[in-house]
Amino acid sequence: MLHIINKSPLTSVSLNSCVNTAAGGDILLIEDAVYAATKGNAAEAVLQAAMGRFKVYVLMPDLEARGLGDRLMAGVNAVDYGGFVDLTSNNKSCQSWL
Amino acid sequence: MKYGIVVNEGPYQHQASDSAYLFAKAAIAKGHEVWRVFFYHDGVNNATRLTEPPQDDRHIVNRWTKLAEEHKVDLVVCVAAALRRGIKEENLAQGFRISGLGQLVEAGIKCDRLVTFGD
Amino acid sequence: MSDAKKFMFVNRKAPYGTIYALESLEVVLITAAFDQDVSLAFLDDGVYQLKKGQQTKGIETKNFSPAYRALEDYDVEKLYVEKEAMEARGLTEEDFLVDVTVLSRAEMGALMDEQDVVLSF
Repeated sequence: MLHIINKSPLTSVSLNSCVNTAAGGDILLIEDAVYAATKGNAAEAVLQAAMGRFKVYVLMPDLEARGLGDRLMAGVNAVDYGGFVDLTSNNKSCQSWL
Repeated sequence: MKYGIVVNEGPYQHQASDSAYLFAKAAIAKGHEVWRVFFYHDGVNNATRLTEPPQDDRHIVNRWTKLAEEHKVDLVVCVAAALRRGIKEENLAQGFRISGLGQLVEAGIKCDRLVTFGD
Repeated sequence: MSDAKKFMFVNRKAPYGTIYALESLEVVLITAAFDQDVSLAFLDDGVYQLKKGQQTKGIETKNFSPAYRALEDYDVEKLYVEKEAMEARGLTEEDFLVDVTVLSRAEMGALMDEQDVVLSF
């Protein structure tokens, strides 16, 4: 299953709830959730710990828009909107953790 | 693949409508069908033809209209959510239609994937 | 029911502060009318939606919580509450206005994976 997160991990529990509850699969960070994929952010450990059970992706246009295109954390896969579409078609279902 | 998309936030205030639009465009570019976009909650505000953004900004409403015309995307606005927020036939932008929540359920049943954008 | 899809509605937001809980409930009722396999999941602040004794007179807003009790008339009987979310809010099953099944996070995650369509608002 694809889990889509769109909130900053520093202001919302969405990412935490997702990694604590979801059974695994793919996580895609979009909109303000891309901050979770940046080096040195206080929630970095949450994503690092999740990487064993999830494959983590970040929507690059959203990261670049926020001036952090060069701060991508190791182990996170960058995708464009086409890659976003592929993630939804390659997974049987998807869920937005709004 | 046949896609349904749900938009739960209004234009300009939140990125949801932009993200949904760019996703829809990318899906179509990859040869998928975007069968229906369903606008719910404040998402119904994407459908007003009274929208007038500044010249140097994107026109979110017209962009949806154009996508609907060029790729036969069915843009459906939830009637209950729309009436709550003052969206009616008289201010509905081209390419959109107002209908019931059943249209959202139908998209869930008929589409291979349903992707939600919201807050 | 054989060609019915499994629809799960994931509720993670509290009532009244925003309209999401109310409008989500409206979709649930319609989905049930389409003879689909409907379940509701309550996580995070979504568990507050089910709290007994909501009194909305003072905020001049309709109290929509009785509608959760009407769900069974629409054959919507699969209501799942995440145990950790419930406990984190100082609530127990006795606090809810309807009968629910309390699931651990792991059970909830497994159930999500079984769904065809997951909607959250």
